[in-house]
Amino acid sequence: MPERKEVKIGILAVQGDFGAHAAMLEQLGAKTAEVRTPADLEDCDGLILPGGESTTQLKFLQEEGLADKIVKFAKRGGAIFGTCAGAILLAKDVKHPQQDSLNLMDMTVVRNAYGRQIASDVVSGPTTLKNEPLEMVFIRGPVIERAGPGVKVLAKYAGKPALVQRENIMAATFHPELTDDTTVHEYFLRLAGTGAKQPANGVKSSS
Amino acid sequence: MEVKKPNGSGNGNKGSNEWRVKVGLAEMLKGGVIMDVTNAEQAKIAENAGACAVMALERVPSDIRKEGGVARMASIKVIREIMKTVTIPVMAKVRIGHFAEAEVLQALEVDFIDESEVLTPADEENHVWKHDYRVPFVCGARNLGEALRRIAEGAAMIRTKGEAGSGNVVEAVRHMRAIVSQMKKLTTMRDDELMHEAKELGAPLDLVRQIAKTGKLPVPNFSAGGIATPADAALVRRLGAEAVFVGSGIFKSSDPEARAKAVVKATTHFEDAKAVLEAHEELGEAMRGLDVRQMEEKDLLSTRGS
Repeated sequence: MPERKEVKIGILAVQGDFGAHAAMLEQLGAKTAEVRTPADLEDCDGLILPGGESTTQLKFLQEEGLADKIVKFAKRGGAIFGTCAGAILLAKDVKHPQQDSLNLMDMTVVRNAYGRQIASDVVSGPTTLKNEPLEMVFIRGPVIERAGPGVKVLAKYAGKPALVQRENIMAATFHPELTDDTTVHEYFLRLAGTGAKQPANGVKSSS
Repeated sequence: MEVKKPNGSGNGNKGSNEWRVKVGLAEMLKGGVIMDVTNAEQAKIAENAGACAVMALERVPSDIRKEGGVARMASIKVIREIMKTVTIPVMAKVRIGHFAEAEVLQALEVDFIDESEVLTPADEENHVWKHDYRVPFVCGARNLGEALRRIAEGAAMIRTKGEAGSGNVVEAVRHMRAIVSQMKKLTTMRDDELMHEAKELGAPLDLVRQIAKTGKLPVPNFSAGGIATPADAALVRRLGAEAVFVGSGIFKSSDPEARAKAVVKATTHFEDAKAVLEAHEELGEAMRGLDVRQMEEKDLLSTRGS
């Protein structure tokens, strides 16, 4: 187990592969909590928005009052990591088709950009997080078409950003939780452990 | 929380990339509701209500029961319209053993294929060899033996058969309890007892040994067949279903939109009775439902394919 102060990560458990994220984080020694109500987020250092269906998840966030709570959590400096559907929820602009979002990352995301399930694949791409290429599982994945100023690209696939970070917010278009490689989650845990210093701001609302 | 890695098919391609993305999509559907729809308009209602996927079929199971005749793969035109209308994954059903229908649906690029007992079986002995496809398959099961045979054939998701189109949850409960308790039993057995147990179950030994170790199926385990109310959805979730399929229960009720939303809510908050109560408020009448005990053997769908 890596040594670090125990970090508690909430995982949005509305719908999707929240169990796979929990398994990986627990393997790294973090505490996890399923988040279904605003109260569940109270004492978390970080929050994961897992893969799943972004339309389903978004409806739930809006109806249960969780959307506002998550935005406040981010402004307070809480670390957030969205994978696939989670990345779509974080993006400022969502295309194909247009969809509302939490607007926490200045980027444009195109949904289902590779096509339907038959185009889903396991690939690899270069990353700044380690020397070898990062294995990436894409499942009906989106593409980051535009990353705004100040958005750091931590990994790429086919020339497009696949893992990005801006201050306390991270987003991946693939599923690191479906691999045996813990690199990305370790990076997120460090971010959550040292968080609360650099709240996300400066993303201008388009609405 | 549960620990599960989406790999291990019990077949030669254990952990292959193709297998990983097939089980991966099943993982993405966990915690959600997959709704039966027969046209694009219903698909839109399902998506708006928060369904995580839709199942395209020609007639919902309760109509198949009523009208009789041969139930086949849905019309391509209808499936295509549904695929164009919604952004959530679109599943479609093929008859048991009808690999040519399955190839057609793969060519159409549906996201998931359900080799389903709800349609009239095309083969009374053999199922489709699902490893041959890039598109993932879901299959029904009444017990652990069936579930493991389907997984060995390449199913990336298992669902209880229940008794489709009955509006009666009793069979789904029976099947989910059977699968879960048979898995629990395996975890208590000695290594030298597993071969006999595999023989009794009619399941491949390597999968039996795997369950003995993990206590869980190597693929997501969902529930289907007779789920008609929010509390039904909460019930099967509590018994171990990781997501639910709702067929006739939504579009055969008096209030499809409200009911679809309510079932989604109860499925997410399955452990929170207050939320399930809220889901039940202001609902109209559920579908009428059938007493499975009064039905004749020939009318049961769940006994097809084993």
